[in-house]
Amino acid sequence: MDFVNAIILLLNYIFVPALAYGSQLALGAIFVTLVYGILRFANFATGDMMSFGTMFVILFTFYFQSVGISFGVLPTALLAIPFGIIFMIGYMLIIDKLVFKYYRINKSPPVQLAMVSIGVMFVTQAVVRIIIGPSDRRFFDGEKFLIKAGEFKEMTGLNEGLAIKSTQVITIIVTLILVSTLFWFLNKTKTGKSMRAYSDNEDLALLSGIDPKKIVMITWVIAGILATIGGALYGLDKSFKPFTYFNNMLPIFAAAIVGGIGNPFGAFLGGYVIAFSEILLTYAYRKFFMYVLPESMEPDGLIQLLSTDYKFAVSFSILVIVLLYRPSGIFKGKVL
Amino acid sequence: MRKNLNVIAAYSIMMGLIILVGIFQSWNIALSIFNLCLISAVMTMGANIQWGYAGLINFGIMGFTALGGLAAVLISVDPVQEAWSAGGFNILFSLFLIIAMVLAVRYILKNYKKSKNRTYIIAAIIILGIVIIRFISEPGIEAIEGVNPAKTGFLGGLGLPIIFSWVVGAFFAGGLAFVIGKVALGLRADYLAIATLLISEIVIAIIKHEDWLTRGVKNVIGLKRPAPYEVNLQQTDWFISLVEKFNLSKLNLITDLTERQATLNQLVIEGSSVFVKLCYSGLFLVVVIILLILTQKALYSPWGRMMRAIRDNEEAANAMGKNVVKQHLLIFVLGSAIVGIAGAMLVTQDGLFTPGSYRPLRYTFLIWVMVIIGGSGNNFGAILGGFVVWFLWIEAAPIGLYLVNLTTAGLDDTHFLKVHLIESVPYFRFLMMGVGLLVIMRYRPKGILPEKIEIK
Repeated sequence: MDFVNAIILLLNYIFVPALAYGSQLALGAIFVTLVYGILRFANFATGDMMSFGTMFVILFTFYFQSVGISFGVLPTALLAIPFGIIFMIGYMLIIDKLVFKYYRINKSPPVQLAMVSIGVMFVTQAVVRIIIGPSDRRFFDGEKFLIKAGEFKEMTGLNEGLAIKSTQVITIIVTLILVSTLFWFLNKTKTGKSMRAYSDNEDLALLSGIDPKKIVMITWVIAGILATIGGALYGLDKSFKPFTYFNNMLPIFAAAIVGGIGNPFGAFLGGYVIAFSEILLTYAYRKFFMYVLPESMEPDGLIQLLSTDYKFAVSFSILVIVLLYRPSGIFKGKVL
Repeated sequence: MRKNLNVIAAYSIMMGLIILVGIFQSWNIALSIFNLCLISAVMTMGANIQWGYAGLINFGIMGFTALGGLAAVLISVDPVQEAWSAGGFNILFSLFLIIAMVLAVRYILKNYKKSKNRTYIIAAIIILGIVIIRFISEPGIEAIEGVNPAKTGFLGGLGLPIIFSWVVGAFFAGGLAFVIGKVALGLRADYLAIATLLISEIVIAIIKHEDWLTRGVKNVIGLKRPAPYEVNLQQTDWFISLVEKFNLSKLNLITDLTERQATLNQLVIEGSSVFVKLCYSGLFLVVVIILLILTQKALYSPWGRMMRAIRDNEEAANAMGKNVVKQHLLIFVLGSAIVGIAGAMLVTQDGLFTPGSYRPLRYTFLIWVMVIIGGSGNNFGAILGGFVVWFLWIEAAPIGLYLVNLTTAGLDDTHFLKVHLIESVPYFRFLMMGVGLLVIMRYRPKGILPEKIEIK
C-alpha cells in the first residue's frame, strides 16, 4: 500500500503538473523553432507575442461572459481562442509586412533580425500593457477539478490524494491534438513538405518553384495559432500577467535549443525535458522516501536537490550543458 | 573640427535638453537623469566594445551589472563578526572544496584523453562534490542567516570605502565573463545571445537566493557613500554661506528677517541634494572620461584594427595568424568588466542593493537599444545613445501624458478612453523605445553617430 501511495504522491506533485507545464512550454518552443527554422532568426518577442494573443482571448472571454455565452463545464476561453487567433495572425502578418519583410528581402544577417525582434518585443509589450494593463488577470471559469484530492482518497482508500485540475487535462489534450495535426501537416501535405524544404535549403527550395511568400505567410499563421493557444493555456492554468509571459520566453528558448533548434519534434520533447527536470530537481522527496523506505531509515531532511528558488536556473543549466556537449541539441537540429 | 561637427552638435542638443529639464522641472531631476545617463554611458561603452569592436553579442549585461552591485556590497558593508564566527568556517571550507573540485576536474581534463570513462569520472566528482559541499555549508548557512535576520543575517563585507568596489566589481564581472567566454564563445551569434541571457538569469537567481552572501530579496540598504550626506551638509557653515552667496540677489529682496531665514533654510535643503548629486556627477564623469580615452586609444591602436579585422572577416584574420578565440575571450572579459564598473557605480549612487530589481528588460535590452541607437563601433555614439535613451526613458511619461491630452482634448475628462489612456501613460516608454529602435534599425542602421574609421 505504501508503494502505491508513493506512486500517487509522485503523480500528484510531479507528473501531472510537469506534463501540463511541459505542454505549455512545448507549444512555445515549436513556435520559436518554426520561426528560427523558416524565417531564420531568434525571436526575442516570443513571450510578448504569446501575451498579445492571450490578451485577445481574455477580452473575448470577458465579452462572452458579459453577454451570457458559456461553454458548460469547460472554460469559456476555449470558445474565445479562435477569435484570439484571428487577431493574432493579423497582428503577426502586419508586423511581418512592416518590420521583418524588409530585412528578409535584404538578406540581413540573423543577428540583425534578432535585434529587430527586440524592437518588436518593446512595442508589443507596450501595446499589451496599454490595452489590458500590467496586472494579474484570471479568466478561468467552469469546473475547476476533474478529480478532487478528497474524493480520490475516499474512492481508493489511500492516504495520498490525487488532484487533477481540468485545465491540466485540457492543456494536455489540446496540445496533443494541435501538435499531431501540425506534424501531420508538416510531414504529409504538400505545403508542409515545401516548408520543410525551405527550412532545409532555401536556394534549392526556390529553384524547385516553392513560393517563399506563401511559405512565410503560412509560417506566421501557424506561429500565430501556436502562440495564442500556448499563451491561453498557460493563462488558464495559472494566470495572465504580461511580465510572466515575457519571462516565460527564457525556458521556452531553453526547450527549443535543448530539443535541437529548427526541429519541431525536438522542441516538443524539449518542452517536457525542461519541465520535468525543473520539477524533479526542485521537489522535496521526504514524503516519498517515508513511504518507500522502512521506518528505521526515514530521512530527516527534505531530500531536496535544489531549493525551489532555482527552478529557472535548472532549465538554464541544462541548456548550458547541452550547448557544451551537444550543441545541435538532443535531437539534431541545425548545426551551429 | 569640421568632421566632428555632428558629434558636437548631437552632444550640445543632449546637454541642452537636460538643462531644459533643470529649468522647467527641477535641477534635482535634471541631475539625477544626468547621473544615470553617465552610468548608462559606461554600460553602453562596455557593450559597445564587445559588439562594435568585435561583433560579439552579450545579452548578459544584467548579470554583470548585478555582480558589480554585489561587489559594492561586499566591499563597503562592515563585516558581521557574529556571522563569521557562527558559520564562517563552513563557508570558507566549502569555498576551498569548490576550488579543489575545479582543480581536480581541470587536472583530469588535461592529463587524460577524451573517453567515456573520463566523462563519467568528471560527472562523479562534480556530483559527489556538490553533495559534500551541501552537507558542509548547510549548517553554516543556517547559522549565518540566523544571526539577527532582521538586520544582518549575512556575512557582511570588508568595510572599505565603496569607491574600491568599482575596481573589484570590474574584476568580478571580468571573472564571470572569463568563465562564460570559455564555455559559450564558440557558439554562433544568436546562440551566444540566448546563452548569455540565460546565464545572466542564473547569476541573478543565485544573488537573489543566497541570503548568507547578499541578503537576497531582503535587500542591503544604507551603504556608505563616497559623497557627503545631505543632513550633514545642511548644518555645515561653509555650505550655508555658499548657498547664501549663490542666492544673494533673491534673498536681498526679502526684508523680513525671519522670512529670510526660512527661505534660506529651504534653499539649503534643496541645495544640499543638488550638491550631493553634483559630487556623484563629478565622480562618474571622471570614470566616463577615463574609459572614453582608453577605449578611443584602443580603437585606433593596432589592437583595435585587429579586432575590426576579426569582426569583419574571422577566417581571413585567422589566416593572417591572429588568434581569434583568444582575442574574443579578451574583449568579452574587458567589455564585461566595464559593465561591472557601471553596476558598482549604480549601487554606489542608490546606496542600496536590491537583487529583485535586476530585470532583463531594463538592464540588458535597454542597454542594447542604447548601443544600437547611439551607433555601434563608435564610442561617442554609444555614450550619446546612453544619454538619449535614458533621457527618453525617464521623460517618456510626461511626453506621453502631453500627447494623450493633446489627442483626446475633445473628450470629456471622465470619458473612459481618456482615463484609460492616462492610466497607461507609464507604458508609453516601451512603445517609444520599440518604435525608436525599429526606425533607427531601418533607416539609419549604423546609429545616430555611425562608426567612422579613418586611417591616420
